[in-house]
Amino acid sequence: MTIDWLDFTPWSALAGGALIGLAATLMLVLIGRIAGISGILGGALGFPRGDSAWRWAFVAGLLLSPWVFRLAHPLPPVRIDAGYASLIVAGLLVGYGTRLGSGCTSGHGVCGLSRLSPRSLAATLSFMAAGFVAAYVAHHLLGVGS
Amino acid sequence: MSKLSALLSGLVFGIGLLVSGMANPAKVLGFLDLAGRWDPSLMLVMGGAIAVGLVSFALVKNWPRALNGQPMQIPGNRQIDRRLIVGSLMFGVGWGIAGFCPGPALVALGLALPKALVFVAAMLAGMLLFQWRPGKS
Repeated sequence: MTIDWLDFTPWSALAGGALIGLAATLMLVLIGRIAGISGILGGALGFPRGDSAWRWAFVAGLLLSPWVFRLAHPLPPVRIDAGYASLIVAGLLVGYGTRLGSGCTSGHGVCGLSRLSPRSLAATLSFMAAGFVAAYVAHHLLGVGS
Repeated sequence: MSKLSALLSGLVFGIGLLVSGMANPAKVLGFLDLAGRWDPSLMLVMGGAIAVGLVSFALVKNWPRALNGQPMQIPGNRQIDRRLIVGSLMFGVGWGIAGFCPGPALVALGLALPKALVFVAAMLAGMLLFQWRPGKS
């Protein structure tokens, strides 16, 4: 392993991360909810039933964010190398897995670790480890995108 | 107020993903792919988010209600069980294949990218499959 100094962007990573923390803070302070995206989306789809308006509003904010960003700054690249078959397999795993595991990078990774939850730490270590292994297998052994 | 707050939070979250570069699956895979040239940026994104989050969660620790008057809804489950680990492993495998987790996928969908549309459709299908799974506990 070598560090990719060319693509490493420490300052924008920290600044963007702080904004993500701010978004989680807004949810928490204003409406008392965790900014966990898979949970919000799962809830918006109708389970558990009820109170879905704020969930759709959060999703709408995410969908609109690139257009708001664009008012101030040209959009950064969004490069999706995986092919359609890989995207379908990956999407199914992400959808099912985040619901089964009750969270994703935002709910467990950001909010859970911020409130020092051992449960979220276990989840985060699990999906990180699986992510490293899957990235190696998919991109070096199977040659899916890269 | 709840809807407006959630909309604002979603906007800020998405802008944070764009600023940090995490809306770009190629950059996320630059972190997850340890065998190539490794881009540690994602770790600093998590670090920046958690640094802010630690303060916020400590601040509201004893709040009975949020500013909108509703009770705080912070998960109380502390159990590390098989379901948590298996679900997180499945999620991680999907994340490592495509470089997308749910937030960045929704931001990319906002840009109407065809590949993002396919990924999000499959992700929603996965969530519905979970909801309709037989013999759920």
